[in-house]
Amino acid sequence: MSPERKKGPQALHGPGLELSEEVIGPGFENVSAPRAQGDKRRSEWVQLARDAIGYRRTKIGLVLVLFVAVLAIFGPLLAPNTPYEFTGLPYAQPGGDALLGTDHLGRDVLSRVLHGGRSVLLLAFAATAIGGFLGVTFGLVAGYTRDAVDDTVMRLLDVVLAFPQIVLVLLFVSILGPKVWLIVLIVGLTHSPRIARVTRGATLEVRERDFIKAAEALGVSRMRIAVGEILPTITSPLLVEFGLRLTYSIGLIAALSFLGFGLQPPAADWGLMINENRIGLIVQPYAVFVPVALIAILTIGTNLVTDGMARAMIGIERDTGAA
Amino acid sequence: MPPLLKVIVRRTLLGLLTLLLVSIVVFAATQALPSDTARAILGREATPERLTALREQLGLNRPAIVQYGSWLGGVATGDLGDSLVAKQPVTALISGRVRNSAALVLVAALISVPLALFLGSLSGLLRDRGFDTVVSLGSLTLAALPEFVVGILLILLLATQVFHIFPAVTLLDPQVSVFAQLKILVLPSLTLVLAVAPYIVRTLRASMIEVLESDYIQMARLKGMSERTVLGRHALPNAVVPAIQVIALNLAWLAGGVVVVEYLFNYPGIGSALMDAVSTRDLPVIQAITLLIAGLYVIFNLVADILTILVSPRLRTGLQ
Repeated sequence: MSPERKKGPQALHGPGLELSEEVIGPGFENVSAPRAQGDKRRSEWVQLARDAIGYRRTKIGLVLVLFVAVLAIFGPLLAPNTPYEFTGLPYAQPGGDALLGTDHLGRDVLSRVLHGGRSVLLLAFAATAIGGFLGVTFGLVAGYTRDAVDDTVMRLLDVVLAFPQIVLVLLFVSILGPKVWLIVLIVGLTHSPRIARVTRGATLEVRERDFIKAAEALGVSRMRIAVGEILPTITSPLLVEFGLRLTYSIGLIAALSFLGFGLQPPAADWGLMINENRIGLIVQPYAVFVPVALIAILTIGTNLVTDGMARAMIGIERDTGAA
Repeated sequence: MPPLLKVIVRRTLLGLLTLLLVSIVVFAATQALPSDTARAILGREATPERLTALREQLGLNRPAIVQYGSWLGGVATGDLGDSLVAKQPVTALISGRVRNSAALVLVAALISVPLALFLGSLSGLLRDRGFDTVVSLGSLTLAALPEFVVGILLILLLATQVFHIFPAVTLLDPQVSVFAQLKILVLPSLTLVLAVAPYIVRTLRASMIEVLESDYIQMARLKGMSERTVLGRHALPNAVVPAIQVIALNLAWLAGGVVVVEYLFNYPGIGSALMDAVSTRDLPVIQAITLLIAGLYVIFNLVADILTILVSPRLRTGLQ
């Protein structure tokens, strides 16, 4: 048992990352088919995507997410200025060259907005991916092994759950300093118990099914059953969970930047921009409002897509009578 | 021992175990990490003499387990150590802050819980009608928004750009009780209400729909009970049960959610105290506040677990 579990992380690495990336966009089709019964499960994915897209909220959510993602990814190419050069007086009103005015140091707000989205997107995805990988690993191990291991893993994860996510990040940042990798790692870690609970719950249901019993009877290793048989069967609830965690990651990463623990000045970052310019909120609201609005649009978008997937999943369950 | 009591005792013991593990995490993160705590506090320019003196003061020369033991002993007796920055006992330093935060959380909870229960159950009752659609989409949207985004949008709307009704920044008179300065509480607590209520609304709506579709509600209706009795005596009490856990989770979340909201509104509570302590690396204060917040979470959850067992007949009788 123990050598198998040691191999766990590497073997799970691929699917864990793939899953969380799938939440981003409509690219459900290019999901690599899992080893056994690939075609059948592939069609499950496609059906979830197709059903989800049928809801109007999913379409609206996708449009919102794509809008912000395109802006964040291609923004730096469109920006009229670099995010660091001074283009006018501090807190200059919109007009002339500066479409959105200038910030507290006199830098172009539009250029900084266009440059400041990549970090939010990238760090939020990284944190969700880490949380997904850890959570799925813990959840599969806890759900598929029984008794002592299950109890121990879940009890330890309960301890992580006891800390509000932002408080745990602050606890570690206070000693190790505001490092971006640390924040991504801890945000991911704080997601893992929540993802593990969902994974474990779904695993417990699948574990008793016939095809798992058959694989066990054939002497397939437990590791291969967990990754090759159970994991592909529980992708739907995991996808929904990843969508939810992504929404929270965006909020947390932006909030930590807002608190001053993310990227450090003079970097262009939406959360940091909000913090830097909030003193001038009355004089020049755009330097705060535009990044706030973009973060809001992004999280509303990911949440709408997630809700669409959740609804589609319930629909599929009702149709097939399966979990 | 009766089975019900046995379960409650078991849950309580598990809760205590979690609390103990939580205290180990807090201690390990702040004082036993492989980094040099004294240097982390004093910075790179610290002289060797000052480092030695601080290590002495913090007792960092002792084995970790001894340090932990004396810290935990202090916590148990209400002695949380002295603040490194303010040079006075942590308990004296944060007790006023705890009161302020408690006021904020209390106001937010007293508004959000009844409001969310009302909106959620009505929304479930009027499923798929106009009211339900508005509430569902509204709660879905609000649930997505990070609390600082909600807070800033409220400031823009109510304190600066559109209306000028409430103060955007807290200037609390420490001599007067928070409740006598209600205007200051409005924006921070409204932010917390909008952050917490959507989850309770969504849970209650879902459980209300499930209850209304159940056999016993149909039975009650077939028996000719008035709609009022059916809803008030049978549907609502059963629909609230799953919401208990969610309410507890959200109340516990409030204890941590105050960090960002207090920072945003400059409200003098434990959240902003934690932020100050993190920026000055005031370890005893960080330890005390994180332990307090995590401890509240464990206790809220424990109470919710026990309440759920006590109020749901199926669980209560299933034990016997």
